[in-house]
Amino acid sequence: MRRYIFGRLLLMIPTLVGVAILTFVIMRAVPGDIVALRYAGSNVPQEIIDQERHLLGLDKPLWVQFTDWMGSISRLDLGQSLWTGNSVVDEVQVRMPLSIELAVLATLFAVVLAIPLGVIAAVKQDTWVDYAIRVFSIGGLAMPSFWIGIMMVLITLTLWGWAPPVVFTPLFEDPVANLAGLILPAIAVGYRYSAVSMRMTRSTVLEVLREDYVRTARAKGLRETLVVVRHALRNALLPVVTVVSLEFAFLIGGLVVTEQVFNLNGIGKLLVDAVAHRDYTLVQALVLLLAAVFVLVNFIVDMVYVVLDPRIRYS
Amino acid sequence: MLVLSLVLAACSQTAKPPTSSVSPSVAGGEKPAPGGTLTFIVNAEPPSYDGHRETTFALLHPIAPHYSLLYKFDPNDLTKVTPDLAAEMPQASADKLTITVKLRQDVKFHDGTALTSEDVKATYDKIIFPPTGVLSPRAGAYAVVSAVNAPEKYTIEFKLKYPSASFQTNLASPWNFIYSAAKLKGDIKFYEKNVMGTGPFSYDGNTKGQDWKGKKNADYFGKDKDGAKLPYLDAYKALIITDSNAGVTAIRSKQAMIEFRGFTPQQRDDLSRALPNDLAIQENPWICVNYVVPNTQKKPFDDPRVRRALSLAVDRWVGGEALSKTTIVKDVGGLMRPKGPFAQSDTELVKIAGFGKDGKANKDAAKALLAAAGVPNLSFKFLNRNISTPYEPVAVYLINEWKQVGITATHDVKETSPYQADLRAGNFEVALDFNCDFLDEPDLQLAKFWSASKAGKGLNFAYYDDTKLDGMIDAQSRETDPAKRIQLVGAIEKYAMDEMAYQYPVLWWYRIIPYLNTVRGWKIGSNHYTNQDLATVWLAKK
Amino acid sequence: MSGTGSALDSAREAEDVIKRRYLESAGRRRFMRFWRDFVRQRPLGTAGAVLIVIMLLAAAFADIVAPYDPTAINFADLLLPPAPDHLLGTDNFGRDVFSRVLFGSRTALAVGFTASLVGCTLGLVLGVLGAYVGGRTDQIIQRLMDVLLSFPLIVIAIAVVAALGTGEDKLANVIAAITVPIVPRVARVVRSSALSVVQMPYIEATRSVGAGAVRIMFRHVAPNVFAPYLIMLTAFLGQAILLEASLSFLGLGVFEPTPSWGLMLRGAGMQFLERAPWLAIAPGVAISMAVFGFNLFGDSLRDALDPRLRTG
Repeated sequence: MRRYIFGRLLLMIPTLVGVAILTFVIMRAVPGDIVALRYAGSNVPQEIIDQERHLLGLDKPLWVQFTDWMGSISRLDLGQSLWTGNSVVDEVQVRMPLSIELAVLATLFAVVLAIPLGVIAAVKQDTWVDYAIRVFSIGGLAMPSFWIGIMMVLITLTLWGWAPPVVFTPLFEDPVANLAGLILPAIAVGYRYSAVSMRMTRSTVLEVLREDYVRTARAKGLRETLVVVRHALRNALLPVVTVVSLEFAFLIGGLVVTEQVFNLNGIGKLLVDAVAHRDYTLVQALVLLLAAVFVLVNFIVDMVYVVLDPRIRYS
Repeated sequence: MLVLSLVLAACSQTAKPPTSSVSPSVAGGEKPAPGGTLTFIVNAEPPSYDGHRETTFALLHPIAPHYSLLYKFDPNDLTKVTPDLAAEMPQASADKLTITVKLRQDVKFHDGTALTSEDVKATYDKIIFPPTGVLSPRAGAYAVVSAVNAPEKYTIEFKLKYPSASFQTNLASPWNFIYSAAKLKGDIKFYEKNVMGTGPFSYDGNTKGQDWKGKKNADYFGKDKDGAKLPYLDAYKALIITDSNAGVTAIRSKQAMIEFRGFTPQQRDDLSRALPNDLAIQENPWICVNYVVPNTQKKPFDDPRVRRALSLAVDRWVGGEALSKTTIVKDVGGLMRPKGPFAQSDTELVKIAGFGKDGKANKDAAKALLAAAGVPNLSFKFLNRNISTPYEPVAVYLINEWKQVGITATHDVKETSPYQADLRAGNFEVALDFNCDFLDEPDLQLAKFWSASKAGKGLNFAYYDDTKLDGMIDAQSRETDPAKRIQLVGAIEKYAMDEMAYQYPVLWWYRIIPYLNTVRGWKIGSNHYTNQDLATVWLAKK
Repeated sequence: MSGTGSALDSAREAEDVIKRRYLESAGRRRFMRFWRDFVRQRPLGTAGAVLIVIMLLAAAFADIVAPYDPTAINFADLLLPPAPDHLLGTDNFGRDVFSRVLFGSRTALAVGFTASLVGCTLGLVLGVLGAYVGGRTDQIIQRLMDVLLSFPLIVIAIAVVAALGTGEDKLANVIAAITVPIVPRVARVVRSSALSVVQMPYIEATRSVGAGAVRIMFRHVAPNVFAPYLIMLTAFLGQAILLEASLSFLGLGVFEPTPSWGLMLRGAGMQFLERAPWLAIAPGVAISMAVFGFNLFGDSLRDALDPRLRTG
């Protein structure tokens, strides 16, 4: 077991190195540079552009830039944003609480919606209840999230003249204002992601309901609800947990469009801005960070599997 | 949800159509009330805090209130320059080569130190003669200056190489924040990450990507005409909102009062329908314009006939009328802002190819020119940037106009960064370029027209060299008689836009500011760079 | 091998042909029966199929059905509400929205089909290859897929679009941007399904007869993982259409004047939401119905093909 865990941890390294190399290559291959953008639309002579490129070290050979970057990463130094000159850690620190909180809220909403609906759909398989639930949940998949978001804002605005606060308030400063800002985006995102978990819940519950031990429980004359909740659900939830946690990892940094619509100052918006600015150091650091989160969540999910599912054994 | 929005639409259609009349910002005789916090929207975050270094308005809106300039544009008459830190208007010597500026003696920086001519000298030295490693993108605008001196504690002197018509107004450049000599001496890049000026508001913190706060500077030197101390406001807060729909929502839900750059006519109408009793609107022609730029280094755009045909095909009068209903372009004009001090009359303008009012005749002439040039079925890629307002509608309109004379233009849209890279590398056939300035000033608006390998390097994306045109631009710059200068500029327009047809404007932008009518004391100007120190802005009590 | 006797070879080939014909005819009968059952037992899936067929028809006959040129500007008819003249009204350039929606189905289908077909097929190839060859090749493929999976989708999209450019003649680039993220997701699922196939005795038997690796992979392994492939294909079809809309929202998708649902929704749709809601409703409904159709169909297909299959 210990060897397995160690091996899994080791496997993260090549993945992250691959991500680092890919990011570096992609960003340099993409045309346009930060300096031209900084002075876009103003009559700035070429000398100034060249000077600034030199200041930012963008005129160094690519391999030097790469080894410099790798060197600072190995010292756990993520560097400074080329755009603002602030340290990447500072830039991320401001946005991380919002992104994590939104991901948590959206996941909560998705789970609260998905699991009961999924179970009901499975139990009532192929009845109109099942159909209605499935149509409802696929509806979440079928509508673009920015469309859902904009519609929600428009509706609250028109009906109550209320729109979510445009400035984020930290949770511990003013919980009400904080939730007011995040509730609509959390619902917009959560509804969408509930569809995935709902379908997963439905199919795993269906599967478990066909297992022998559930039949036995039924045969013993146990009440149907009890059978479902005590026996089926417990065993069906493991794959659902997997899906939910992987989605969670995606949600941090992946809510680009939603953050735009609700003007949320989160990691996704930071990433898009950084890519648009060609802010190499910030993009590289962010992508690496998000990849690390993803890989780590993956690892934890696998570990949870090992612990919870008696059928899986690693030597 | 769909059904609901239909219902909403039905409701809004029965509402009274909005009036787009311009409401006065300062009602006559109203006495400004002190106090309150102004919240306004900025749609981007400035990279650094140093006005000398950056070129985005996103720096000016939140940061300008912290600083003073030597001169500024008069908040009550934005065409006039008025002293800010200066005590009076500048004095020119008899040979017009020495400009002397007397400074106010009652100015203190936010850290309590007094402002002297040393601070102004250090500031202008940094702008005009930046040391290695310090960037000053607008240094070129002051090429005429040979030295900045501080002969007395409150006197500053600019030595010029030759007489210049535009130098004095350039002292009112909104970017030239006066910095502390002591701070610059300690670290010449101090102002990239710190704020410390003499302006009406001092820095009160910011959250990256979210907001910027300023609070009243009790020691501010400015007074209004009744002798009351400025600024009126206790504080201001700039909210960074990138998405324009979110910006409209912020004003509609009264979380923000104003956005100083501009909204589309549609957004204005939506707001005035939603807030019929709370909204004021100001509108003004804008010193911003899109240019069609054919790359003269690429065939067949080396042929003036082809370039003229591209301009002739575009019926600007019909386009301006139609596009002004949905986006921020409106007036037809030449190289200088329509209705501005250097604009030609319409009777002169219509004589230029592509600016005449007979659209059909123009299109026929365009077809004839294309046929004569041997490219009756011209097709090319039309480079554009991926900003929807107004680049997208302007391009769609152009492509459709060109289609009618047999030209197939393929819309080649890129992000701003690669778009800029392509422009600078000459890697395009025809591009939609743009220009915005803070002042109606031929030297600024003609900067793109200098020969590409000389003064126009990095600015002239049509990539032609033309010594005759260089001579004409130079001559108007040295002409200090305004009437004669207008004539010279008119000749340049005829030559550059018609005879050679190097590059030409499509439609001039039109600035529309809908805002909560509690905001008083702010007047719209012809640009979104000047008049942003907020000293005279106040909030009416409701 | 080719020299050892062409008679033997051709005899074997003939046998092969006969066997294949038999399988195919049986397959055809099974195929018909499958669909009969599908329609009877799965009303939701059938509804999805109907939506897909409508969309296919709209795309195929857009030229004939559309009353106007979808890119023709008419400044006299700006922002007209739906009326008999313009069934779905006109947009901010006076263009007919109905015609643009019809032609937009071509863009959507081009993006959806190409992206999911190419993405899923690449995923299939990589998944089968990894599972069959195993060892170091498998390790390398897996790590590569991990890298792509943990890479933020938006960066890939922006990078591809920015590197290759967008614009009306650049639809392929938008498609490429949407294809890349599909590959690792499919490869993962296919690999795990293929692993169980590879261990089956008959694969070993085929190998011992001397069949080449490529032949085994594509004649024997791939067909057995076809069910998850098909299911993911339909699911990603819908998602690709949605992704195009999201890219358009960020200004990275298809561009004017190309008629595209995502573009219509983002551009004029959002800007004129209150004044001219039909501009947002028409493409919004089109997108939702298309994605809805593909998802309903895909879901039911999964249930029909393999009730025990777990793909998220």
